[in-house]
Amino acid sequence: MAYYVEDDLDRFSDIGKYRADLFEKFMAWYQACQEEGALSRREKALIGLAVAHALQCPYCIDAFSQSCLEAGSNMEQMTEAIHVASAIRGGAALIHGIQAHNSVKKVSM
Amino acid sequence: MSTVLPVIQPDLKTQPYTDVDFNDKLAAHGIELRATTVDTLQVNVGKLCNQACKHCHVDASPKRTEIMTRETVEAVIAAARRFRIQTLDITGGAPELNPSFRYLVTEARALGAHVSVRHNLTVVFEMGEEDLPEFFRDHAVEVISSLPYFLEEQTDAQRGHGVFQKSLIALRRLNAVGYGSEGSGLTLDLVYNPVGAFLPPPQSSIEADFKRELINRYGIVFNHLYTITNMPIERFLDYLRRSGNEERYMRKLVEAFNPATADGLMCRNLVSVDWTGRLYDCDFNQMLELGIAPELPQTIAEFDPESFAHRRIVTGSHCFGCTAGAGSSCGGAVAVNS
Repeated sequence: MAYYVEDDLDRFSDIGKYRADLFEKFMAWYQACQEEGALSRREKALIGLAVAHALQCPYCIDAFSQSCLEAGSNMEQMTEAIHVASAIRGGAALIHGIQAHNSVKKVSM
Repeated sequence: MSTVLPVIQPDLKTQPYTDVDFNDKLAAHGIELRATTVDTLQVNVGKLCNQACKHCHVDASPKRTEIMTRETVEAVIAAARRFRIQTLDITGGAPELNPSFRYLVTEARALGAHVSVRHNLTVVFEMGEEDLPEFFRDHAVEVISSLPYFLEEQTDAQRGHGVFQKSLIALRRLNAVGYGSEGSGLTLDLVYNPVGAFLPPPQSSIEADFKRELINRYGIVFNHLYTITNMPIERFLDYLRRSGNEERYMRKLVEAFNPATADGLMCRNLVSVDWTGRLYDCDFNQMLELGIAPELPQTIAEFDPESFAHRRIVTGSHCFGCTAGAGSSCGGAVAVNS
C-alpha cells in the first residue's frame, strides 16, 4: 500500500467518520481562515503554499498550488513563496550551528 | 418474427462527463433556466482563425472553412433592423477574416446598434487587416480581446508561440488610436482565461494586476478585464482528456456551482447565430450543435424576439462551466466570488 495516494485528498472528509464534531470544528476553523480578511485570499494561499512546503505535505502542496492559481498568482510568485519557506527552514537548521559551536566551546581550551 | 431496428443516435458532439445533472442541480436550488429578454445577437461569422488556441471551444484554426455567407449576413442585418437589436456581438474564429465582416459592422452601426467584436489582436498582422484599429475606431466598435496573462510564457502556452509579443504590438496600436483611454469613448476590454484546468481568480483582483502590470511593463492601457472560465468542450475538452484532468475539472466545476450566477447567465438575454444562420442559446451550445428549443424558429431568417424572450434554455453538462464560482459569461464574471 502506498503511503501517499493522490485521490486520498478527495477523501479528507472521511476523517469525520469518527468524532464528526471535532472534524466539523476543524473544517469551520480551516475555512474561516481562508476567507478574505486583513489578508487577501491570494496572500493566504501563498502562505498556505509556503507552509505546505515547509511541512513537505504533498496533499497540501497540491491543494495550495491550485488555490494559488485560482487566486491569480503566477509561478514566479509561487516560487518566491516556496523559496521563503525553504530559506527559513535552511536558516532554522543553520542557526543550530551556534549550538554546536557552544557545545564545542564548552569542552575546548 | 420481430425485427429489432438499430437505435440511431444523433451526431451530437461530445460533452464532458459528470454524474450530476445540470438541470437537477438548478432544480435543487429552485431555479428554472429561461431567457428574460433578447437584447443581444451573438453572431459567429465562421470558424476560420489565424490562431489555433489550446482552449478554443470553437476548435477554430487556419484550416477551418466554415464561413458565414453574405446572404446570411444580410439576414442577420435584416433581423437587427426589424427588431432593433441593441447589441451585435461578433465572434468567430477570427471574425475579421470573414469577407463580409466590415460590411456587417458598418451596417449594424448604421442601424444604431452597439457592436462588439471578439478580436484576437494578432489578426491585424494578416494581409489586408493592418488598418483594423482605425476601422474599429471609425465605427466606435467595442473591442474585446483575449490576453490570458500579462506574461509571455502563459500567453504563448495557451495561444501559440509568438502570440504574446504580437499581441503587445496590436494593443499599442489600439491604444494609439484612442482605445482604452479614459474619455476617448473607445472601449478596449481584455479577457482572462485560465492557462490550464483551474478556475479564474476573482475578476476585480486580477483586473487590478493586469492594469498595473500592463502599464508598468509595457505602457498599455485598457478598460475592463473579463474573467471567463474555460469551457469543457471541443479543444479544451480534448486537452482535459489527454492530460487526465477531465474528472477533476468537472468535479471542480460541479462543487463550485453557485446559484447566484443563474440570473446573470448570458443565455438569459442573447441568442447565438452560427455561420449557417441557425440559432442557439449560446456560442457553447452552438459548438455542441445543441439547437434552440425545437418548438421555436430555428434560423435567423425566422427569428422573432418575442417568442424567444422567455424560452426554455437548452442545457448540458458543459453548463457547469458558466455557473462555477463567480460564474462566467461573455462579459466575464456574473456574481461576486463565493
